[in-house]
Amino acid sequence: MIDPFITSLTVFVLAVFVGYHVVWNVTPALHTPLMAVTNAISGIIVVGALLQVVDINGEAITLTSVLGAIGIFLASINIFGGFLVTQRMLDMFKKKKR
Amino acid sequence: MENISAILYLIAAVLFILALKGLSSPVSALRGNLYGMVGMLIAVVTTFLIMDKPVLALIGAAIAGGAVIGAWRAKTVEMTGMPELVAAMHSLVGLSAVLIAVAAIFHSGVEHTPVQKVELFIGAFIGAITFTASVVAFGKLSGKFGSKAVSFSGQHLLNLILAIAMVGFGIVYFVSDSHAAFLAMVAVALVLGVTLIIPIGGADMPVVVSMLNSYSGWAAAGIGFTLNNPVLIIAGACVGSSGAILSYIMCRAMNRSIVSVLLGGFGAEPAAAAAGASGPKNYKSGSAEDAGFLMSNADSVIIVPGYGLAVSRAQHALQEFAELLHEAGVKVRYAIHPVAGRMPGHMNVLLAEAEVPYEQVQEMEEINSDFANTDVVLVIGANDVVNPAAQKDKASPIYGMPILEAHKARTVVVVKRSMNAGYAGLDNELFYMDKTMMVFGDAKKVVEDLVKSVAH
Repeated sequence: MIDPFITSLTVFVLAVFVGYHVVWNVTPALHTPLMAVTNAISGIIVVGALLQVVDINGEAITLTSVLGAIGIFLASINIFGGFLVTQRMLDMFKKKKR
Repeated sequence: MENISAILYLIAAVLFILALKGLSSPVSALRGNLYGMVGMLIAVVTTFLIMDKPVLALIGAAIAGGAVIGAWRAKTVEMTGMPELVAAMHSLVGLSAVLIAVAAIFHSGVEHTPVQKVELFIGAFIGAITFTASVVAFGKLSGKFGSKAVSFSGQHLLNLILAIAMVGFGIVYFVSDSHAAFLAMVAVALVLGVTLIIPIGGADMPVVVSMLNSYSGWAAAGIGFTLNNPVLIIAGACVGSSGAILSYIMCRAMNRSIVSVLLGGFGAEPAAAAAGASGPKNYKSGSAEDAGFLMSNADSVIIVPGYGLAVSRAQHALQEFAELLHEAGVKVRYAIHPVAGRMPGHMNVLLAEAEVPYEQVQEMEEINSDFANTDVVLVIGANDVVNPAAQKDKASPIYGMPILEAHKARTVVVVKRSMNAGYAGLDNELFYMDKTMMVFGDAKKVVEDLVKSVAH
Protein backbone atom coordinates (compact mmCIF):
# COMPACT_ATOMS: atom_id res chain seq x y z
CA MET A 1 0.00 0.00 0.00
CA ILE A 2 1.50 3.32 -1.11
CA ASP A 3 1.38 6.07 1.48
CA PRO A 4 -1.04 8.82 0.32
CA PHE A 5 1.80 11.28 0.85
CA ILE A 6 3.82 9.62 -1.92
CA THR A 7 0.85 9.83 -4.30
CA SER A 8 0.43 13.50 -3.45
CA LEU A 9 4.13 14.14 -3.92
CA THR A 10 4.03 12.50 -7.36
CA VAL A 11 1.10 14.66 -8.39
CA PHE A 12 2.82 17.74 -6.99
CA VAL A 13 6.14 17.24 -8.79
CA LEU A 14 4.43 16.54 -12.11
CA ALA A 15 2.16 19.57 -11.68
CA VAL A 16 5.19 21.81 -11.06
CA PHE A 17 6.62 20.63 -14.39
CA VAL A 18 3.34 21.18 -16.22
CA GLY A 19 2.97 24.64 -14.69
CA TYR A 20 6.54 25.51 -15.61
CA HIS A 21 6.09 24.63 -19.27
CA VAL A 22 2.65 26.15 -19.64
CA VAL A 23 3.64 29.44 -18.04
CA TRP A 24 6.76 29.91 -20.18
CA ASN A 25 4.41 29.94 -23.17
CA VAL A 26 2.39 32.83 -21.79
CA THR A 27 3.04 35.95 -23.84
CA PRO A 28 4.74 38.69 -21.76
CA ALA A 29 1.98 41.12 -22.75
CA LEU A 30 -0.44 39.03 -20.69
CA HIS A 31 1.64 38.66 -17.53
CA THR A 32 -0.68 40.87 -15.50
CA PRO A 33 -3.80 38.89 -16.48
CA LEU A 34 -1.74 35.76 -15.72
CA MET A 35 -1.20 36.97 -12.17
CA ALA A 36 -4.87 37.86 -11.79
CA VAL A 37 -6.03 34.47 -13.05
CA THR A 38 -3.53 32.66 -10.80
CA ASN A 39 -5.04 34.67 -7.93
CA ALA A 40 -8.40 33.24 -8.89
CA ILE A 41 -7.03 29.72 -9.29
CA SER A 42 -5.31 29.81 -5.91
CA GLY A 43 -8.81 30.50 -4.62
CA ILE A 44 -9.12 26.71 -5.06
CA ILE A 45 -8.06 26.71 -1.43
CA VAL A 46 -11.82 27.17 -0.91
CA VAL A 47 -12.04 23.38 -1.24
CA GLY A 48 -9.88 23.00 1.86
CA ALA A 49 -12.02 25.53 3.71
CA LEU A 50 -15.28 23.89 2.64
CA LEU A 51 -14.20 20.56 4.12
CA GLN A 52 -13.94 22.21 7.55
CA VAL A 53 -17.48 23.55 7.57
CA VAL A 54 -19.26 20.38 8.60
CA ASP A 55 -21.51 19.32 11.42
CA ILE A 56 -19.18 17.88 14.09
CA ASN A 57 -20.92 15.61 16.63
CA GLY A 58 -24.23 17.36 15.98
CA GLU A 59 -22.79 20.83 16.40
CA ALA A 60 -22.95 23.15 13.40
CA ILE A 61 -21.12 26.10 14.96
CA THR A 62 -17.69 25.06 16.16
CA LEU A 63 -14.32 26.81 16.11
CA THR A 64 -13.44 24.63 13.13
CA SER A 65 -16.56 25.45 11.12
CA VAL A 66 -16.34 29.19 11.83
CA LEU A 67 -12.65 29.37 10.84
CA GLY A 68 -13.48 27.34 7.75
CA ALA A 69 -16.33 29.71 6.85
CA ILE A 70 -14.01 32.71 7.12
CA GLY A 71 -11.62 30.83 4.85
CA ILE A 72 -14.44 30.29 2.33
CA PHE A 73 -15.30 33.99 2.48
CA LEU A 74 -11.68 35.06 1.78
CA ALA A 75 -11.14 32.50 -0.96
CA SER A 76 -14.42 33.50 -2.62
CA ILE A 77 -13.19 37.09 -2.87
CA ASN A 78 -10.20 35.73 -4.78
CA ILE A 79 -12.25 33.49 -7.02
CA PHE A 80 -14.83 36.09 -8.05
CA GLY A 81 -12.44 39.04 -7.98
CA GLY A 82 -9.68 37.18 -9.81
CA PHE A 83 -11.73 35.74 -12.66
CA LEU A 84 -13.78 38.92 -13.18
CA VAL A 85 -10.82 41.28 -13.21
CA THR A 86 -9.01 38.95 -15.62
CA GLN A 87 -12.07 39.03 -17.84
CA ARG A 88 -12.11 42.81 -17.67
CA MET A 89 -8.44 43.07 -18.67
CA LEU A 90 -8.72 40.54 -21.49
CA ASP A 91 -11.71 42.44 -22.89
CA MET A 92 -9.44 45.49 -23.12
CA PHE A 93 -6.92 43.51 -25.14
CA LYS A 94 -9.62 42.24 -27.45
CA LYS A 95 -11.15 45.64 -28.09
CA LYS A 96 -9.95 47.66 -31.04
CA LYS A 97 -8.88 44.59 -32.95
CA ARG A 98 -9.61 46.15 -36.34
CA MET B 1 -18.48 8.20 -4.94
CA GLU B 2 -14.81 8.69 -4.15
CA ASN B 3 -13.83 7.59 -7.63
CA ILE B 4 -16.33 9.89 -9.28
CA SER B 5 -15.14 12.83 -7.22
CA ALA B 6 -11.51 12.02 -8.08
CA ILE B 7 -12.37 12.08 -11.80
CA LEU B 8 -14.25 15.36 -11.41
CA TYR B 9 -11.29 16.89 -9.56
CA LEU B 10 -9.04 15.73 -12.39
CA ILE B 11 -11.29 17.50 -14.91
CA ALA B 12 -11.16 20.67 -12.82
CA ALA B 13 -7.36 20.50 -12.67
CA VAL B 14 -7.10 20.05 -16.43
CA LEU B 15 -9.39 23.06 -16.93
CA PHE B 16 -7.11 25.17 -14.72
CA ILE B 17 -4.10 24.18 -16.80
CA LEU B 18 -6.02 25.08 -19.97
CA ALA B 19 -6.86 28.45 -18.41
CA LEU B 20 -3.14 29.16 -18.06
CA LYS B 21 -2.36 27.74 -21.46
CA GLY B 22 -4.93 30.07 -23.05
CA LEU B 23 -2.87 33.08 -22.04
CA SER B 24 -0.41 32.41 -24.84
CA SER B 25 -2.49 34.81 -26.98
CA PRO B 26 -5.18 37.41 -26.22
CA VAL B 27 -7.68 35.57 -28.44
CA SER B 28 -7.46 32.22 -26.67
CA ALA B 29 -7.13 33.88 -23.25
CA LEU B 30 -10.82 34.74 -22.94
CA ARG B 31 -11.78 31.13 -23.60
CA GLY B 32 -9.10 30.08 -21.11
CA ASN B 33 -10.58 32.30 -18.44
CA LEU B 34 -13.94 30.64 -19.01
CA TYR B 35 -12.29 27.21 -18.60
CA GLY B 36 -10.89 28.43 -15.30
CA MET B 37 -14.32 29.47 -14.05
CA VAL B 38 -15.88 26.16 -15.07
CA GLY B 39 -13.02 24.30 -13.39
CA MET B 40 -13.62 26.18 -10.16
CA LEU B 41 -17.35 25.46 -10.29
CA ILE B 42 -16.70 21.75 -10.83
CA ALA B 43 -14.19 21.64 -7.97
CA VAL B 44 -16.61 23.31 -5.54
CA VAL B 45 -19.62 21.16 -6.52
CA THR B 46 -17.50 18.01 -6.28
CA THR B 47 -16.44 18.99 -2.78
CA PHE B 48 -20.09 19.20 -1.74
CA LEU B 49 -20.58 15.65 -3.05
CA ILE B 50 -17.93 14.23 -0.73
CA MET B 51 -18.77 16.35 2.32
CA ASP B 52 -20.44 14.74 5.28
CA LYS B 53 -23.19 17.00 6.69
CA PRO B 54 -22.06 20.41 5.38
CA VAL B 55 -23.36 23.47 7.25
CA LEU B 56 -25.02 24.99 4.19
CA ALA B 57 -26.22 28.27 5.74
CA LEU B 58 -22.71 29.18 6.87
CA ILE B 59 -21.15 28.16 3.56
CA GLY B 60 -23.75 30.01 1.50
CA ALA B 61 -23.32 33.21 3.48
CA ALA B 62 -19.52 33.03 3.20
CA ILE B 63 -19.56 32.47 -0.57
CA ALA B 64 -22.15 35.19 -1.16
CA GLY B 65 -20.20 37.70 0.92
CA GLY B 66 -16.96 36.90 -0.88
CA ALA B 67 -18.65 37.04 -4.27
CA VAL B 68 -20.07 40.51 -3.64
CA ILE B 69 -16.78 41.96 -2.42
CA GLY B 70 -14.71 40.23 -5.11
CA ALA B 71 -16.99 41.32 -7.94
CA TRP B 72 -17.12 44.86 -6.62
CA ARG B 73 -13.32 45.15 -6.45
CA ALA B 74 -12.93 43.59 -9.91
CA LYS B 75 -15.35 46.15 -11.36
CA THR B 76 -14.01 49.24 -9.65
CA VAL B 77 -10.24 48.74 -9.51
CA GLU B 78 -8.18 51.19 -11.59
CA MET B 79 -5.69 49.51 -13.90
CA THR B 80 -2.90 51.48 -12.20
CA GLY B 81 -4.07 49.84 -8.97
CA MET B 82 -3.72 46.25 -10.24
CA PRO B 83 -0.49 45.54 -8.29
CA GLU B 84 -2.22 46.46 -5.03
CA LEU B 85 -5.26 44.32 -5.86
CA VAL B 86 -3.05 41.37 -6.71
CA ALA B 87 -1.03 41.81 -3.50
CA ALA B 88 -4.25 41.97 -1.49
CA MET B 89 -5.46 38.74 -3.08
CA HIS B 90 -2.20 36.99 -2.26
CA SER B 91 -2.71 37.94 1.37
CA LEU B 92 -6.22 36.44 1.32
CA VAL B 93 -4.92 33.10 0.07
CA GLY B 94 -2.25 33.15 2.76
CA LEU B 95 -4.76 33.92 5.48
CA SER B 96 -7.20 31.24 4.34
CA ALA B 97 -4.37 28.69 4.36
CA VAL B 98 -3.63 29.61 7.98
CA LEU B 99 -7.31 29.46 8.96
CA ILE B 100 -7.76 26.07 7.33
CA ALA B 101 -4.69 24.66 9.06
CA VAL B 102 -5.83 25.97 12.46
CA ALA B 103 -9.38 24.73 11.80
CA ALA B 104 -7.98 21.28 10.99
CA ILE B 105 -5.90 21.27 14.21
CA PHE B 106 -9.01 22.04 16.28
CA HIS B 107 -11.20 19.58 14.34
CA SER B 108 -12.24 17.44 17.29
CA GLY B 109 -12.18 13.70 16.85
CA VAL B 110 -9.64 13.80 14.02
CA GLU B 111 -6.23 12.31 14.71
CA HIS B 112 -3.42 13.58 12.52
CA THR B 113 -0.66 11.22 11.41
CA PRO B 114 2.96 12.37 11.75
CA VAL B 115 3.14 13.09 8.01
CA GLN B 116 -0.06 15.16 8.17
CA LYS B 117 1.35 17.13 11.09
CA VAL B 118 4.39 18.10 9.04
CA GLU B 119 2.12 19.03 6.14
CA LEU B 120 -0.09 21.16 8.38
CA PHE B 121 3.00 22.87 9.72
CA ILE B 122 4.30 23.65 6.24
CA GLY B 123 0.92 24.82 4.90
CA ALA B 124 0.36 27.06 7.92
CA PHE B 125 3.76 28.72 7.96
CA ILE B 126 3.89 29.41 4.22
CA GLY B 127 0.35 30.77 4.48
CA ALA B 128 1.23 32.98 7.45
CA ILE B 129 4.35 34.41 5.78
CA THR B 130 2.40 35.00 2.55
CA PHE B 131 -0.34 36.77 4.49
CA THR B 132 1.70 39.36 6.38
CA ALA B 133 4.30 39.80 3.62
CA SER B 134 1.50 40.55 1.14
CA VAL B 135 -0.11 43.01 3.53
CA VAL B 136 3.23 44.86 3.77
CA ALA B 137 3.64 44.69 -0.03
CA PHE B 138 0.10 46.04 -0.43
CA GLY B 139 0.92 48.90 1.93
CA LYS B 140 4.12 49.74 0.04
CA LEU B 141 2.43 49.61 -3.36
CA SER B 142 -0.52 51.76 -2.33
CA GLY B 143 1.85 54.26 -0.75
CA LYS B 144 0.43 53.72 2.73
CA PHE B 145 3.78 52.68 4.26
CA GLY B 146 6.19 54.38 1.84
CA SER B 147 7.80 52.20 -0.81
CA LYS B 148 11.41 52.63 0.29
CA ALA B 149 13.37 49.71 1.57
CA VAL B 150 13.68 49.68 5.36
CA SER B 151 16.94 48.24 6.57
CA PHE B 152 18.42 48.01 10.04
CA SER B 153 21.47 46.28 11.35
CA GLY B 154 21.03 42.69 12.40
CA GLN B 155 17.90 42.12 10.33
CA HIS B 156 19.26 38.93 8.77
CA LEU B 157 20.16 37.65 12.24
CA LEU B 158 16.66 38.54 13.45
CA ASN B 159 15.12 36.64 10.53
CA LEU B 160 17.30 33.64 11.30
CA ILE B 161 16.29 33.66 14.96
CA LEU B 162 12.61 33.94 14.01
CA ALA B 163 12.94 31.08 11.55
CA ILE B 164 14.58 28.89 14.17
CA ALA B 165 11.89 29.79 16.71
CA MET B 166 9.20 28.95 14.16
CA VAL B 167 10.68 25.53 13.42
CA GLY B 168 11.20 25.01 17.17
CA PHE B 169 7.52 25.56 17.96
CA GLY B 170 6.70 23.29 15.03
CA ILE B 171 8.78 20.52 16.57
CA VAL B 172 7.11 21.03 19.95
CA TYR B 173 3.71 20.67 18.24
CA PHE B 174 4.89 17.58 16.39
CA VAL B 175 6.05 15.86 19.56
CA SER B 176 3.39 17.01 22.04
CA ASP B 177 0.37 17.71 19.80
CA SER B 178 0.09 20.99 21.69
CA HIS B 179 -2.33 23.42 20.04
CA ALA B 180 -0.62 26.32 21.79
CA ALA B 181 2.71 25.43 20.16
CA PHE B 182 1.03 25.35 16.76
CA LEU B 183 -0.49 28.80 17.31
CA ALA B 184 2.86 30.13 18.57
CA MET B 185 4.47 28.78 15.39
CA VAL B 186 1.86 30.63 13.29
CA ALA B 187 2.42 33.83 15.28
CA VAL B 188 6.19 33.71 14.69
CA ALA B 189 5.61 33.04 10.98
CA LEU B 190 3.34 36.09 10.80
CA VAL B 191 6.12 38.26 12.23
CA LEU B 192 8.66 36.67 9.89
CA GLY B 193 6.49 37.64 6.90
CA VAL B 194 6.86 41.29 7.90
CA THR B 195 10.58 41.23 8.65
CA LEU B 196 11.35 39.40 5.40
CA ILE B 197 9.58 41.96 3.22
CA ILE B 198 10.32 45.36 4.82
CA PRO B 199 13.95 45.52 3.58
CA ILE B 200 12.77 45.09 -0.02
CA GLY B 201 11.37 48.07 -1.86
CA GLY B 202 11.67 50.59 -4.63
CA ALA B 203 12.45 49.10 -8.00
CA ASP B 204 12.33 45.56 -6.61
CA MET B 205 8.57 45.67 -5.94
CA PRO B 206 7.63 43.84 -9.19
CA VAL B 207 9.81 40.94 -8.04
CA VAL B 208 8.18 40.94 -4.62
CA VAL B 209 4.70 40.84 -6.10
CA SER B 210 5.66 37.93 -8.36
CA MET B 211 7.34 36.11 -5.50
CA LEU B 212 4.30 36.40 -3.26
CA ASN B 213 2.22 35.11 -6.17
CA SER B 214 4.42 32.05 -6.05
CA TYR B 215 4.14 31.71 -2.25
CA SER B 216 0.34 31.87 -2.39
CA GLY B 217 0.44 28.90 -4.77
CA TRP B 218 2.75 26.89 -2.53
CA ALA B 219 0.47 27.67 0.43
CA ALA B 220 -2.51 26.24 -1.45
CA ALA B 221 -0.48 23.17 -2.45
CA GLY B 222 0.62 22.71 1.17
CA ILE B 223 -3.00 22.58 2.32
CA GLY B 224 -3.67 20.16 -0.55
CA PHE B 225 -1.07 17.79 0.91
CA THR B 226 -2.74 17.93 4.32
CA LEU B 227 -6.10 17.07 2.85
CA ASN B 228 -4.68 14.70 0.21
CA ASN B 229 -6.64 16.69 -2.31
CA PRO B 230 -5.16 16.46 -5.83
CA VAL B 231 -6.93 19.49 -7.32
CA LEU B 232 -5.51 21.72 -4.59
CA ILE B 233 -2.04 20.29 -5.13
CA ILE B 234 -2.14 20.67 -8.92
CA ALA B 235 -3.62 24.18 -8.92
CA GLY B 236 -1.27 25.28 -6.14
CA ALA B 237 1.79 23.85 -7.88
CA CYS B 238 0.90 25.57 -11.18
CA VAL B 239 0.38 28.92 -9.45
CA GLY B 240 3.59 28.41 -7.49
CA SER B 241 5.70 27.76 -10.56
CA SER B 242 3.99 30.59 -12.43
CA GLY B 243 4.97 33.08 -9.74
CA ALA B 244 8.50 31.67 -9.64
CA ILE B 245 8.91 32.12 -13.40
CA LEU B 246 7.61 35.69 -13.24
CA SER B 247 10.05 36.47 -10.41
CA TYR B 248 12.87 35.07 -12.52
CA ILE B 249 11.83 37.12 -15.58
CA MET B 250 11.66 40.29 -13.48
CA CYS B 251 15.07 39.64 -11.93
CA ARG B 252 16.59 38.99 -15.34
CA ALA B 253 15.08 42.22 -16.69
CA MET B 254 16.81 44.14 -13.93
CA ASN B 255 19.99 42.09 -13.99
CA ARG B 256 19.49 41.27 -10.31
CA SER B 257 19.88 37.90 -8.69
CA ILE B 258 16.90 36.65 -6.71
CA VAL B 259 19.17 36.32 -3.67
CA SER B 260 20.19 39.98 -3.75
CA VAL B 261 16.55 41.01 -4.12
CA LEU B 262 15.59 38.90 -1.12
CA LEU B 263 18.41 40.33 0.96
CA GLY B 264 16.98 43.69 0.03
CA GLY B 265 18.11 47.28 0.32
CA PHE B 266 18.23 48.29 -3.36
CA GLY B 267 15.84 51.20 -2.86
CA ALA B 268 18.10 52.64 -0.17
CA GLU B 269 21.59 52.69 -1.67
CA PRO B 270 21.68 54.57 -5.01
CA ALA B 271 22.28 58.08 -3.64
CA ALA B 272 26.01 57.35 -3.46
CA ALA B 273 26.13 55.80 -6.91
CA ALA B 274 24.55 58.84 -8.55
CA ALA B 275 27.54 60.98 -7.61
CA GLY B 276 29.44 59.49 -10.56
CA ALA B 277 28.16 62.12 -13.01
CA SER B 278 30.73 64.80 -13.75
CA GLY B 279 29.86 68.49 -13.64
CA PRO B 280 27.09 70.33 -15.48
CA LYS B 281 26.41 68.99 -18.95
CA ASN B 282 24.61 70.51 -21.89
CA TYR B 283 21.30 69.34 -23.20
CA LYS B 284 18.90 70.64 -25.81
CA SER B 285 15.35 71.37 -24.92
CA GLY B 286 12.43 72.07 -27.19
CA SER B 287 8.70 72.67 -27.11
CA ALA B 288 5.95 70.13 -27.70
CA GLU B 289 5.26 71.80 -31.06
CA ASP B 290 8.87 71.20 -32.16
CA ALA B 291 8.62 67.57 -31.12
CA GLY B 292 5.22 67.17 -32.80
CA PHE B 293 6.57 68.62 -36.05
CA LEU B 294 9.56 66.30 -35.90
CA MET B 295 7.41 63.20 -35.44
CA SER B 296 4.72 64.05 -37.97
CA ASN B 297 7.46 64.33 -40.60
CA ALA B 298 9.14 61.06 -39.64
CA ASP B 299 8.65 57.73 -41.37
CA SER B 300 8.83 55.70 -38.20
CA VAL B 301 8.35 56.45 -34.52
CA ILE B 302 8.85 54.17 -31.53
CA ILE B 303 7.24 55.21 -28.26
CA VAL B 304 8.92 54.07 -25.03
CA PRO B 305 6.38 54.47 -22.21
CA GLY B 306 7.39 54.25 -18.57
CA TYR B 307 5.45 54.24 -15.35
CA GLY B 308 5.59 58.07 -15.27
CA LEU B 309 3.15 57.96 -18.16
CA ALA B 310 0.60 56.02 -16.16
CA VAL B 311 1.11 58.19 -13.08
CA SER B 312 0.13 61.32 -14.99
CA ARG B 313 -2.68 59.40 -16.78
CA ALA B 314 -1.38 60.39 -20.18
CA GLN B 315 -1.96 57.04 -21.90
CA HIS B 316 -5.27 58.01 -23.52
CA ALA B 317 -3.85 61.24 -24.93
CA LEU B 318 -0.79 59.32 -26.10
CA GLN B 319 -2.99 56.83 -27.94
CA GLU B 320 -4.77 59.74 -29.63
CA PHE B 321 -1.41 61.21 -30.67
CA ALA B 322 -0.17 57.87 -32.01
CA GLU B 323 -3.43 57.47 -33.93
CA LEU B 324 -2.96 60.90 -35.57
CA LEU B 325 0.61 59.99 -36.54
CA HIS B 326 -0.63 56.69 -37.90
CA GLU B 327 -3.24 58.48 -40.03
CA ALA B 328 -0.48 60.78 -41.33
CA GLY B 329 1.34 57.67 -42.59
CA VAL B 330 3.92 57.36 -39.81
CA LYS B 331 4.75 53.85 -38.66
CA VAL B 332 4.11 53.93 -34.91
CA ARG B 333 5.04 51.24 -32.43
CA TYR B 334 5.37 50.98 -28.66
CA ALA B 335 8.40 49.35 -27.03
CA ILE B 336 7.80 47.78 -23.63
CA HIS B 337 10.56 46.99 -21.18
CA PRO B 338 9.68 44.03 -18.92
CA VAL B 339 9.87 46.23 -15.81
CA ALA B 340 7.97 49.20 -17.26
CA GLY B 341 5.35 49.27 -14.54
CA ARG B 342 4.76 48.04 -11.03
CA MET B 343 4.20 44.39 -11.93
CA PRO B 344 4.94 42.04 -14.84
CA GLY B 345 2.99 43.07 -17.94
CA HIS B 346 1.54 46.11 -16.22
CA MET B 347 2.33 48.58 -19.02
CA ASN B 348 0.65 46.34 -21.59
CA VAL B 349 -2.57 46.43 -19.60
CA LEU B 350 -2.37 50.20 -19.18
CA LEU B 351 -1.93 50.62 -22.94
CA ALA B 352 -4.69 48.12 -23.69
CA GLU B 353 -6.99 50.12 -21.45
CA ALA B 354 -6.19 53.20 -23.55
CA GLU B 355 -7.22 51.13 -26.60
CA VAL B 356 -3.76 50.96 -28.10
CA PRO B 357 -3.94 48.20 -30.75
CA TYR B 358 -2.26 45.01 -29.52
CA GLU B 359 -0.17 44.68 -32.71
CA GLN B 360 1.51 48.05 -32.14
CA VAL B 361 2.88 46.99 -28.76
CA GLN B 362 6.16 45.07 -28.86
CA GLU B 363 8.42 43.49 -26.29
CA MET B 364 12.03 44.47 -25.81
CA GLU B 365 13.50 41.45 -27.62
CA GLU B 366 11.22 41.94 -30.63
CA ILE B 367 11.92 45.61 -31.20
CA ASN B 368 15.44 46.30 -29.96
CA SER B 369 17.10 45.66 -33.31
CA ASP B 370 14.74 48.16 -35.00
CA PHE B 371 15.82 51.25 -33.09
CA ALA B 372 18.79 51.83 -35.39
CA ASN B 373 16.48 52.31 -38.44
CA THR B 374 13.96 54.43 -36.63
CA ASP B 375 13.61 58.16 -37.18
CA VAL B 376 12.29 59.26 -33.82
CA VAL B 377 12.04 57.59 -30.43
CA LEU B 378 9.64 59.22 -27.99
CA VAL B 379 10.56 58.41 -24.38
CA ILE B 380 7.79 59.28 -21.91
CA GLY B 381 8.11 58.78 -18.20
CA ALA B 382 10.89 56.23 -18.60
CA ASN B 383 14.51 56.68 -17.62
CA ASP B 384 16.59 53.78 -16.35
CA VAL B 385 15.27 51.36 -19.00
CA VAL B 386 16.80 53.56 -21.75
CA ASN B 387 20.04 54.42 -19.92
CA PRO B 388 23.01 53.48 -22.17
CA ALA B 389 25.21 53.23 -19.06
CA ALA B 390 23.69 49.78 -18.57
CA GLN B 391 25.60 48.68 -21.67
CA LYS B 392 28.75 50.83 -21.49
CA ASP B 393 29.60 51.87 -17.97
CA LYS B 394 30.97 48.97 -15.94
CA ALA B 395 30.87 51.08 -12.77
CA SER B 396 27.16 51.81 -13.09
CA PRO B 397 24.91 50.00 -10.59
CA ILE B 398 22.62 49.06 -13.46
CA TYR B 399 25.46 47.75 -15.66
CA GLY B 400 24.31 44.58 -17.42
CA MET B 401 20.62 45.36 -17.17
CA PRO B 402 18.98 44.83 -20.58
CA ILE B 403 17.75 48.17 -21.96
CA LEU B 404 15.70 49.48 -24.86
CA GLU B 405 18.30 50.82 -27.26
CA ALA B 406 16.66 54.21 -27.80
CA HIS B 407 20.08 55.88 -28.14
CA LYS B 408 20.57 54.11 -31.48
CA ALA B 409 17.67 55.93 -33.15
CA ARG B 410 18.28 58.94 -35.41
CA THR B 411 16.49 61.35 -33.08
CA VAL B 412 15.33 60.97 -29.51
CA VAL B 413 12.61 63.02 -27.84
CA VAL B 414 12.44 62.70 -24.07
CA VAL B 415 9.42 63.95 -22.16
CA LYS B 416 10.33 64.50 -18.56
CA ARG B 417 9.32 66.64 -15.61
CA SER B 418 12.86 67.98 -15.02
CA MET B 419 16.47 66.85 -15.25
CA ASN B 420 16.15 64.94 -11.97
CA ALA B 421 17.46 61.40 -11.81
CA GLY B 422 15.18 58.37 -12.21
CA TYR B 423 13.99 55.61 -9.92
CA ALA B 424 17.48 54.21 -9.41
CA GLY B 425 18.88 57.72 -8.81
CA LEU B 426 21.21 57.62 -11.82
CA ASP B 427 22.10 60.23 -14.37
CA ASN B 428 21.28 59.31 -17.96
CA GLU B 429 23.73 60.02 -20.77
CA LEU B 430 20.91 59.71 -23.32
CA PHE B 431 19.59 63.12 -22.24
CA TYR B 432 22.84 64.86 -23.20
CA MET B 433 23.31 63.37 -26.66
CA ASP B 434 23.36 65.70 -29.67
CA LYS B 435 20.39 63.97 -31.22
CA THR B 436 18.26 64.22 -28.10
CA MET B 437 15.59 66.84 -27.53
CA MET B 438 14.23 67.25 -24.02
CA VAL B 439 10.63 68.38 -23.63
CA PHE B 440 9.98 69.38 -20.04
CA GLY B 441 6.62 69.22 -18.36
CA ASP B 442 3.95 66.93 -17.01
CA ALA B 443 3.57 63.96 -19.37
CA LYS B 444 -0.15 64.48 -19.84
CA LYS B 445 0.18 68.19 -20.59
CA VAL B 446 3.01 67.58 -23.06
CA VAL B 447 1.16 64.80 -24.87
CA GLU B 448 -1.98 66.94 -25.12
CA ASP B 449 0.18 69.68 -26.67
CA LEU B 450 1.62 67.11 -29.07
CA VAL B 451 -1.90 66.16 -30.12
CA LYS B 452 -2.75 69.85 -30.74
CA SER B 453 0.43 70.36 -32.75
CA VAL B 454 -0.37 67.59 -35.24
CA ALA B 455 -4.18 67.90 -35.38
CA HIS B 456 -5.04 70.46 -38.01
